Amino acid sequence: MTNKGTKKTVIILFIVTVLMFGFGYAMVPLYDVFCKITGLNGKTIRVVESEVKKEYKTDRIVKIRFDSNINGDLPWKLKSNVKTMHVQPGKFYEATYVVENLYNGDVTGQAIPSVSPQVASLYFKKAECFCFINQLLKPGEVKEMVVRFEVDKDIPEEVTALTLSYTFFRAKKVAAK
Amino acid sequence: MSTIAKDTHHDHEHKPTGLKRWFFSTNHKDIGTLYLIFALTMFFVGGAMAMIIRAELFQPGLQFVDPQFYNSMVTIHALVMIFGAVMPAGVGLANWMIPLMIGAPDMALPRMNNMSFWILPFAFALLLSTIFMQGGGPAGGWTMYPPLVLQTGDAFPFLIFAVHFLGVSSIMGAINIIATVFNMRAPGMSLMQMPLFVWTWVITSFLLIASLPVLAGAVTMLLTDKYFGTSFFSAAGGGDPVLFQHIFWFFGHPEVYILALPAFGIVSSIIPTFSRKPLFGYASMVYATASIAILSFFVWAHHMFTVGLPIKGELFFMYATMLIAVPTGVKVFNWMATMWKGSMTFETPMLFAVAFVILFTIGGFSGLMLGITPVDFQYHDTYFVVAHFHYVLLTGAVFALMAAVYYWLPKWTGHMYDERLGKIHFWLSAISANVLFFPQHFLGLAGMPRRIPDYNIQFADFNMISSIGGFAYGLTQLLFIYIVIKCALGGKKAKSVSWEGARGLEWTVPSPAPFHTFETPPKIRKEMLENG
Repeated sequence: MTNKGTKKTVIILFIVTVLMFGFGYAMVPLYDVFCKITGLNGKTIRVVESEVKKEYKTDRIVKIRFDSNINGDLPWKLKSNVKTMHVQPGKFYEATYVVENLYNGDVTGQAIPSVSPQVASLYFKKAECFCFINQLLKPGEVKEMVVRFEVDKDIPEEVTALTLSYTFFRAKKVAAK
Repeated sequence: MSTIAKDTHHDHEHKPTGLKRWFFSTNHKDIGTLYLIFALTMFFVGGAMAMIIRAELFQPGLQFVDPQFYNSMVTIHALVMIFGAVMPAGVGLANWMIPLMIGAPDMALPRMNNMSFWILPFAFALLLSTIFMQGGGPAGGWTMYPPLVLQTGDAFPFLIFAVHFLGVSSIMGAINIIATVFNMRAPGMSLMQMPLFVWTWVITSFLLIASLPVLAGAVTMLLTDKYFGTSFFSAAGGGDPVLFQHIFWFFGHPEVYILALPAFGIVSSIIPTFSRKPLFGYASMVYATASIAILSFFVWAHHMFTVGLPIKGELFFMYATMLIAVPTGVKVFNWMATMWKGSMTFETPMLFAVAFVILFTIGGFSGLMLGITPVDFQYHDTYFVVAHFHYVLLTGAVFALMAAVYYWLPKWTGHMYDERLGKIHFWLSAISANVLFFPQHFLGLAGMPRRIPDYNIQFADFNMISSIGGFAYGLTQLLFIYIVIKCALGGKKAKSVSWEGARGLEWTVPSPAPFHTFETPPKIRKEMLENG
């Protein structure tokens, strides 16, 4: 019954099916690239300090608010040492957070940063951050952690204030290894 | 063989008997029947869950079930109705009618056809068994959004694998339909002479092939996120839960047209018959269907306006959504123009088809309201959404499927159904469905959220009305089973052209359609064709 034409149709359609399955997975990196280019979703850019150009002078001041959250799973306490900072674009600054493990066992956490308004996330650059790695805390341990950052001089004029928010999640077992 | 005179023809029908006939069948009519019976069974399984939901919502407060079970009912009701009732019913009709409509002896791949049906009962055994598991069935909504769905207990892998199986079954069915239509049409039947039902199924099949693999990918990512330490949707590992919504709705929006397009095809066959006029604007109907299908891949984010999309994205998806109203409008106006000055009669299939046109349009308009971004911020996740998609899926797709069953039942069984009972079934269904869903618009506008078993006392009256409509609709469908069984067992003999104005190749074979048809391709004459 199956003639040549049918076979060809079926093969083509089967290939399309496989490709569309692949497309579902291709949406994962595409989405990341799309978010990075457009600065959507508050994903920030990491830079190495040496790559950054020389400081330059400007009168602009940007207000930075520091926010901290703990995901429900994690028995930790997180607090920023400063609530707000006024910074000059193009200069590096440091802010510190204090984290405390309330659990009587070792717990590994991972901080996920987010910047709002979304447009500002393109211009908020971190040279050093406790969010770059997993943090392991012993029972009851209190730890001070640093984020070293710069607001890019190209940040749009209308942005006069931005919020840097960290949420600590319990690190996945696989990621902790 | 089919050139032998009709009475001897029957002696040559090597029809297998007993269980073997149904388990190993490769006959498109038997498989079509299996699909339709399965769909009807699932319609009642899903319907029973809807009755539990409406019973719980009859009064404010928690009466009958606990919230976890209520949520699992909402979730499984949706999965059963979409993947178990509407889609298999459509595929069943396609199996039965497409070979008859294009003059082919059978589907192109009869064995694969058998397999794509027999996967379904196993898939639903997996899904429905979860209700009895520790932790209950999946309760995070049929959309399976992480991170909520990842909290599902033992039911989780069963849910994922059931979705995989359903996807495989539908994709095989779709490949089969396209292969049949492209390679097995009777000589002399061009693509633009095919009945619109065949066209809508070809286009639906392309939607299935393009969108279901994406869903399979999305649920596979959920599976590896939960059990294999990947972080596609987990923020802690650098993933993003919103990404799931993008992938899901890239499948999910074409899916709603997978449910709706075959209904368009059915109505486009029935309205010309009972208006005794050819379909108005045949070519524009084909192009409109294709445009809807293509556009459906560019509007997915209108399901997620409130996740925090950039304003440009919201505008794009809003305008693209509005654009779909254009080809859909073309279809509605063509159906109206077909009826215009026709010699119309209102047998049960026509009643359901006309009700479809009116009620689907109401659902379409509430869809447009939801498509307006700023307005959607108020309507999102309220009962307005529930009212909208039940108008397009119940009084839309399901009404069209009912119409199709009444329309082709004489061809399948060789008997006319009881017209008086059919009309009673229609009127009870049409009235109760509106009593059921129309008040839900008001509930939604007043702010009642969906997927919650309890509600504020201010919503009590409309919920009670809605529940009464729900019970009436549920009971009415028992009448449908009675009518179908009665018709299968006996009744007035149906002529080969069972309806006065009916055209198309399916009416050139005797009623009931013999086990084998068109073994030698028919000679096509223009006046035989539905759209000659």
